[in-house]
Amino acid sequence: MNLCELTAHELGELLKSRQVSAVEATEAAINRIEAVDSRVQAFVTRTVEEAFAQARAVDAARSRGETLGPLAGIPMALKDNICTVRIRTTCSSRMLADWVPPYEATVVSRLKEAGAILLGKLNMDEFAMGATTETSAFFPTRNPWDLERVPGGSSGGSAAAVAAGEAFYTLGSDTGGSIRQPAAFCGVVGLKPTYGRVSRHGLIAFAPSMDQIGPLTRDVTDCALILNAVAGHDSSDCTTADLPVPDYRAALNTDIKGLKIGVPREYFADGLDPEVAAIVRRAIDKLAELGAICEETSLPHTEYALPTYYLVAYAEASSNLARYDGVSFGLRVPGRDIEEMNINTRTEGFGPEVKRRLMLGTYALEAGNYEAFYLKAAKVRTLIRQDFEAAFNKYDLLVTPTEPMVAFRLGEKGNKKPLAMAAADSYTSAVSLAGLPALSLPCGFSQGLPVGLQLIGPSFAEARLLQVAYAFEQNTEYHRRRPALEVA
Amino acid sequence: MEYEAIIGLEVHVELKTKSKIFCSCSTSFGAEPNTQVCPICLGLPGTLPVTNRQVVEFGIKTALALNCQVASYCKFDPKHYYYPDVPKNFQWSQFDMPIGSNGHLKINVDGEELVIGIARVHMEEDAGKLIHIDGPDGGYSLVDYNRTGVPLLEIVSEPDLRSPAQARAYMEKLRTILHYLDVSDCKMEEGSLRCDANVSVRPRGSSTYGTKIEVKNMNSFRSLQRALEYEIERQVNLLENGEQVQPATVAWDESRGVTTVMRVKGESSGYRCFPEPNLVPIEIDSAWIERVRQELPELPDARRQRLIDDYGLPLYDAEVITSSKELADYFDRTVALYPDAKTVSNWLMGDFSRLLNAHNLEPGQAPVPPQELAALLQLQQEGTISGKIAKQVLEEMFASGKGARQVVEEQGLIQISDAAALGQIVAEVLAANPKVVEDYRNGKTKALGFLVGQVMKATKGKANPGLVNKLLKEQL
Ligand SMILES: [Zn+2]
Repeated sequence: MNLCELTAHELGELLKSRQVSAVEATEAAINRIEAVDSRVQAFVTRTVEEAFAQARAVDAARSRGETLGPLAGIPMALKDNICTVRIRTTCSSRMLADWVPPYEATVVSRLKEAGAILLGKLNMDEFAMGATTETSAFFPTRNPWDLERVPGGSSGGSAAAVAAGEAFYTLGSDTGGSIRQPAAFCGVVGLKPTYGRVSRHGLIAFAPSMDQIGPLTRDVTDCALILNAVAGHDSSDCTTADLPVPDYRAALNTDIKGLKIGVPREYFADGLDPEVAAIVRRAIDKLAELGAICEETSLPHTEYALPTYYLVAYAEASSNLARYDGVSFGLRVPGRDIEEMNINTRTEGFGPEVKRRLMLGTYALEAGNYEAFYLKAAKVRTLIRQDFEAAFNKYDLLVTPTEPMVAFRLGEKGNKKPLAMAAADSYTSAVSLAGLPALSLPCGFSQGLPVGLQLIGPSFAEARLLQVAYAFEQNTEYHRRRPALEVA
Repeated sequence: MEYEAIIGLEVHVELKTKSKIFCSCSTSFGAEPNTQVCPICLGLPGTLPVTNRQVVEFGIKTALALNCQVASYCKFDPKHYYYPDVPKNFQWSQFDMPIGSNGHLKINVDGEELVIGIARVHMEEDAGKLIHIDGPDGGYSLVDYNRTGVPLLEIVSEPDLRSPAQARAYMEKLRTILHYLDVSDCKMEEGSLRCDANVSVRPRGSSTYGTKIEVKNMNSFRSLQRALEYEIERQVNLLENGEQVQPATVAWDESRGVTTVMRVKGESSGYRCFPEPNLVPIEIDSAWIERVRQELPELPDARRQRLIDDYGLPLYDAEVITSSKELADYFDRTVALYPDAKTVSNWLMGDFSRLLNAHNLEPGQAPVPPQELAALLQLQQEGTISGKIAKQVLEEMFASGKGARQVVEEQGLIQISDAAALGQIVAEVLAANPKVVEDYRNGKTKALGFLVGQVMKATKGKANPGLVNKLLKEQL
């Protein structure tokens, strides 16, 4: 049996029945990383010793007869913008290449509590700015289905590691599609929770009004398990909702009869790859076959979502990234005086995509531009939110393609072609502006590359998304496919 | 030409909450550098702020005391500028929705009551402190982040002040109110109360404003007044010489008594404020405002009126007593035990205040509690001691912390009111000063004073002065 082919919950059963130890599972994952990561390049930092120490602790606890949760002993990895104490957290940027946080993110504490084994930190677009993982200051991550193609981004390392069998699950972060898009490109399940469902304490900000941490997994059951472990109110993040967290796994069932699903026509317009369109249509037919009522609907402000998203996200980024100045943490490039040190540090510390976004964001907030750009975007954001509110008065959830295309080749839409890359954000950013939960799951393959189906729900309706995804998954086999990464 | 000055003040008040505005670090003053810091106030990546409710409560309290409208919804906005004592390179402040707006306070200058508008009261976080170390190549700077994130209220006046004296009176009144509210230590020398001034001059009668200069670095009421006097004169001189005032920020140099230009103001792209997404907006419902309003202490103006109405104190006395909450509290407690309010007021404004200054104490720190001052005044009223001795006893009470009666008894200061014993001393004094006695009898009535003095000297001040006078006149 190749342990690395299993889902987290399958491994969890073996651990529980003591057919496999946490140390063995960790060994299997680390062997897999050693075998394939030189090609996939998902990991920025590996924490082998810590992983084994944690695994031994879990095994010891189990042999003492302690009751352990479903995630105890399962190896996982984290996007490198999630702070880990004593382990460097780089955001895949020169700016933080050597930065070791003195504190850890709430999600990390919660996973540790649950007995998770941390294998390491995963590559990403620099400061989560990008959709290909090519803006990483270190190296690009490759798509395990075709190493010449991008894994998507910005959580490219998180998606690729799960697809390549290097980790049983990972956490990513999603600001405008950064979990869903790489999940679609890599053929895994990715969930962006409702804004406020999961604590952002310890998540290095890109755009705080949209950033959310979420799981990337091999199937929907895993997604429910991980969400349960990390979701819920956190007194360190005043934007988290003080609402009870349902048992997401218990909500999984295949009965979706009578569920009303809206299909917004704006997501099936020009620019959608015909083969992707056909695969997504077939997936919608499948949902109808299972008893859901699928109807065409409209989200009329969809075309404004992308420019609105850029203005809001870049403006917020220009504020949050002002702190990288070489004074008290991160990279410092000396200068003759403090101003020159600030400039030198930011010039050398940030890559071109980050600089481009910071300049645009700064511009959008300047006196004289604020009303025309930032404020206007804030108003359009309200319209986009209202589009969804109106749709959810009629439908239980919405379904769209996650991406209008399959994974493209490295360099094809890189940071020298920002507008080409923009297409990748266009199917996911409206949801982010509205703060809604959305899940991408594999719904077919086009020329051997995975296609993602995006399910969008009303606020805090994660259980419903998971249920519909589960019903689809139980009646299809796409989630069982694994990329053919030949082990050298 | 005659000119008038237009002055507006921006006052920063450090609030005396236990913890900082967005984290749980202590706010206490004077700790070792960088010992009261955490990832949040250091602005480390990934950290999130959580608003301290006490700061909002103090904001509402202050806004109400300054007759402001309290916002029902308020938010924080990052205010961006690069400076190494601001670790995030922005400061969380309130841009377009301050917690309080459209208020006023009243000041009395030269017997005239003036109403000074308050444009806004808003909450923000303090910056750290830069410490420059001299050395070759210009030395280097260190940053102390202890103060970073200490809660501030910024109180911005309307440009309603017309003279340095008015500006000083406004500042003093504001400090008094803040003391009454118990929201700040208001120590200018420790920086818990800071003031910047915007000042311009224009020909009297003109309806347009002149060019505004921002004056910083005024660390006392006196330096505020001096700096404004200097700056107004400088601007008037420029205009008189046909020159123009250039917009600038200037710093007051206390030792040289001049202002120097810190930076010339040019085109600015602003602070790039926008609603901070990491801080949820604060909703302040009317129940919250009403509760705070009910809990407001008696404020200086009301208290002053009460002293006039209830105790018949003159306006001047009431003003002086209520200018300090501690002094007014002391007054109330003393009068409760010794109801002659005017006598209490005279003592508090006179010797008591003098001794406080001499010992460098606030009224609340006086080693003489109100009941002991009341006891002292009682001893005087009963005739046990004279007024002169009473001053001497108070001095000793301040120095030793002993009670009034204890000092009087230990030092044998009880007034001699025994006519027989005193008559004997009077006779001796008259016998010893025949020339003076003769002068008196020849009509030099002033000579009596000398003789009284001699009797007092002989009794070490303990003689009852009324009785001495009576006995002298009898024997002369
Ligand atoms: Zn702190």
